[in-house]
This record gives sequence, C-alpha cells and structure tokens, in this order.
Amino acid sequence: MTIITIAQLTIREAQRRKILWAALLMGILFLLVFGIGLHLIWREMTLDNPYDAPEMFEVPANFLTMAGLYVTNFLVVIMAVLISVASISGEIESHLVDILITKPMNRRDLIMGKWLGFGVMTTLYTFMLGGGVMLISRLVTGLALRQPIAGISLIALNALVMLTVSIAGGTRLSTLANGVVAFMLYGLAFVGGWVEAIGGLFRNETAVNLGIVSSLLLPVEALWRKAAIIFQPRMTGSTSFAGPFVVTNEPSDVMVVYAVVYIVGLLAFALWSFQKRDM
Amino acid sequence: MPDYAIETTHLRKEFGRKVAVADLTLQVKRGEVFGFLGPNGAGKTTSVKMLLGLTAPTAGDATLLNAPLGDRRTRTRIGYLPEHFRFYPWLKAVEFLDLQGRLYGMETQRRRNVIPQLLQRVGLAQATELKLAAFSKGMTQRIGLAQALMNAPDLVFLDEPTSGLDPLGRRLVREIIAEVSATGTAVFLNSHLLSEVEQTCHRVAFIREGRVLETHDLSQWDEDAISVKMRVGRISAELLAHLQTLSADVYQTDDGFVHVTVSAEKDIPTLVNWLVAHNHALYELNLERLSLEDRFLKIIGNHSGDTLTA
Repeated sequence: MTIITIAQLTIREAQRRKILWAALLMGILFLLVFGIGLHLIWREMTLDNPYDAPEMFEVPANFLTMAGLYVTNFLVVIMAVLISVASISGEIESHLVDILITKPMNRRDLIMGKWLGFGVMTTLYTFMLGGGVMLISRLVTGLALRQPIAGISLIALNALVMLTVSIAGGTRLSTLANGVVAFMLYGLAFVGGWVEAIGGLFRNETAVNLGIVSSLLLPVEALWRKAAIIFQPRMTGSTSFAGPFVVTNEPSDVMVVYAVVYIVGLLAFALWSFQKRDM
Repeated sequence: MPDYAIETTHLRKEFGRKVAVADLTLQVKRGEVFGFLGPNGAGKTTSVKMLLGLTAPTAGDATLLNAPLGDRRTRTRIGYLPEHFRFYPWLKAVEFLDLQGRLYGMETQRRRNVIPQLLQRVGLAQATELKLAAFSKGMTQRIGLAQALMNAPDLVFLDEPTSGLDPLGRRLVREIIAEVSATGTAVFLNSHLLSEVEQTCHRVAFIREGRVLETHDLSQWDEDAISVKMRVGRISAELLAHLQTLSADVYQTDDGFVHVTVSAEKDIPTLVNWLVAHNHALYELNLERLSLEDRFLKIIGNHSGDTLTA
C-alpha cells in the first residue's frame, strides 16, 4: 500500500513540476518533426518512381524508421536517468527523506514506490514515442515493422535498466556523481556495442568480447540491437555496417533474460543499500 | 518495570574513527517534556537520529515506548519534526498533511477530521490550499509541527521547533507542547534556545561528546542555586578556602569580584556572618538566580574533556 502511495506521489511530482507536460509536449514535437521530415524525404524519393515496385523502397523506409526508433531509444534512456537521478540522492542530501522514513513504513517501500512511479512513466512514454514513430512511418511509407510491441517492450526494458542504475546509484552517490556514473556507463555500453558490431564484421574475437563485456556491464546497447533485429528482420545478416540503426549481429535471447536479472539484482542492491545507510 | 517513553543504555555511534555519541544513557518518562541540551557537535542530532532509526547505533540498546528501535508498529505512535524542516514544495498544505496521514496508516475519515483541526491549531487555517513553496520560514515550521502531531503521537521529537518563528510563533509552540504533554505525550525537545527550554521542559539532560553529563528536574531547580557576587577588601587564600567549604563553585574574576554559588538562600547570612567575623571588608553583594544558560555554561564548562576517538 505504501509503495502505491509513493508511486502516486512520484507521478504527481512529475506532473506538478511540469516534467510530465514538458516531456509530453517535446515528445509530440519530436513526432511532428519526424513525421514532416519523413514525409518530405519520402516524397522526394518516390517522386520519379512508380509505386508498382514498393519493395525497392523498403530499405530506405526501414532505415528512416529505425533512425526514428533509435532516437526514441536514446531519448527514453536519457529521460529515465534525468527524471530519477536526483530523486533519492537529492532527498537524502536535503534530509527530506527523513520525514518519510520515520513514518511506519519500510525503507524499501520508498525505493520500490519511486521505481514503480518512474517505471510507469518511462514505459508509457516509450510506447507513446515508439508507437508514434511506427504509426507515422506506416502512414507515410506504408512500412509495417515485424513484432512492434515486442520491439518497443525491449526499448522500455532499456529505459528500466537505466532507471534502476540511477535509483541504485542514488542510494550511495551524490546527485552529480550518480549522473556521471549513469551517463558514462551508457557511453561505455554504446561504444562497446559499436566495437562489437564492427569487430564482428572483421571477425575480430577480442573486439567482440570487449563488446560483450560492456553489454554485461550495462545491457542497454545489446537490448537496442535485439529490438532492432525484431523490428527489421530482413536486415539481419547484411554484410555492410550501416551505423547504429541497422544491426548486423543479433544478441541472443539470453541477453534479454540477463537484462531482467540485471534490473532485479540492481534493485535488490538498491533496497539493501538504502536500508543499511545512515541518514 | 518503569514505563518509559524513551530508555537508552550505553548507546554509541561511531563514524569511522570519530565518535559522535560515546555513551548515551537516559530515560524519558511518559508525558514529560524532556530538554536535550549540549554545545554544537555534542551528538544531539546523531542521538535523535539513532532513536528514530535514521542511523544505526554502533553499540548499546534503546527502547521507544517499550519497543526496540526501528519497530514499525511503534512508529505509528511517534512524531518527528526535524531541524530545518522542508518537504516537497509543490504540495498544498492539506495534501502534505493528508500524505503524512496516509503514511501513518490513518483512515480517510480520520484524516479529514484531523487536518483542519491541526491547521487551525498551528495558525495555518487560511493556508490550506497554499503550496508549501509559498510558505514563509515560520509557516514551514508550523506545518512541520502539524505533521509531527498528525497521528496524535505518544512520543514526539522536536528538533529546534521554534527556529525561524517570531515571538508569537514561539509562544504557540510552547502552548502546543504544554497541551500535548498534558494529554500524556512525551516530548523530546532539542533546542538551542535555553529560555524556551526553561519555560517548556520538566527535565533537561546536558550532553557533551555524546555523554549525558547531568540530568536535572527544572521544577526543583527554581528553589535552589543562587549565584552570589561579592566585592571584598582582600581576597586571601584563606577566604577562598573557606568559601569552598560552602560551595564547590567558587571563582575570582579579574575585576576583583568573588563568585560563589550557594545551594539555598539560607546560606547567605552564614556567608556574610563568616566574612564579618573574620574581618573581611564586604563592599558589595549581589544575588542572581541562575538561569538555564548559566547552568548550561557551568555544567558544560566543568565537564570539558579530551576529544574522543574510537
């Protein structure tokens, strides 16, 4: 019950502090720009070509849609950190948390409540942005991605991974240090993912292993690649590396399980850490 | 077995090599207003945090309302106003108190009944729909006090409750403390404003370096200790030695005065008679009842010791 109260409080805070509205407004703006841009590009591409051969436009349609989804993935991951990074550490530093945890509640209820509140918001936001990109792409290019719900769910899982990193860090680190750790971990996973992809093309085992280690440290880039494969199965096995939007090597399903275990493990650490620390 | 609101035995807290609280042993009775006094860095805040479960003790035992520290059920009967109280500024006063009530597990109807009464009692009846961000420092302190009393606690911790309040606000706090104490609530008051403590508390503990130096009943204090300030013709060793038989607290100041603290008024004629009988010229004699501040300085000064390490 207390967990629900704290989750509601977290969502209400995002609403009252206009974080929710700002994110929604900017999200709609993003979809508008994406839609207009896609429409203009698509019109130029198809202007001099007959529509009786739509398969020749599948690759560029895929590319543009995946670009939109890639940005969606990036935005929700960043958003998950930004909205939560000061939530625990800031309230510890200001002693605001003292008022809450001296009430007849378990400390872990506070962490779980905040995680749930932020988790609901980031998940809904991910589905709004991702669904919007796919809907716009469908309307403009006619492209229907395979398994859209499963793909967006993986992006949402990505956001939850970063949210959990931020919440767990907040139980021990200052707000700034927590932000630095979260973003640097993301950068490390991002570069690791590229190293693994390019290393795979050149069959460089060391580079691939380096990428795998970075994915174990933070599985977000691997989850994105998994989502990309689910969205665009026909691009799998392409011999050319076409940037982060087009994926050539598919992470195994174990990586998805690992991401879930990663979240559960990190959340358990956050609960333990917050329970044990002196305020 | 005595029924204490707070009972601590050799409670200790170390942060690395630094000892914040060395050995806190005290008892607070139910319904009493207990002042917790000490200089900065004496371990007062750490002690309160240990009692409230915010910080884990390194050693020792304590009970609140006969339950061990950290007992969740007992926390429904405890209120707490921290020093520099602040909360989510985007909440309205009524929403803030409602949230506190929900966290205490209070039913909706009870919350609806209690919140207007409390806001009225702390003088914020007109600020019900105002967000905490718009509150002045004094108003913030008042709403903090209201949340500490939301659950009609049996024990309430007030850390500097009059901080930021004007004289009217301070009087209001004193009245509320007296009211809740009259209903059987024990009040643990941590304050630097000794005049406030003097007017509010039944008993006080003086703490230094995390140890209780002395505990006194303020109602008994009114009757005793008087400070006598004298100017005599010649301050000899014999004079000082004799005065020390009358009082343990004798000292000479640079301006030529001798200060003696006597335990009761009846000791003053004895003192004067002795001076006259031994041919000490007495030019001036002033009496002062010791304020809590005087006692604080005396007790804390007398017990100055070495810095503690683990």
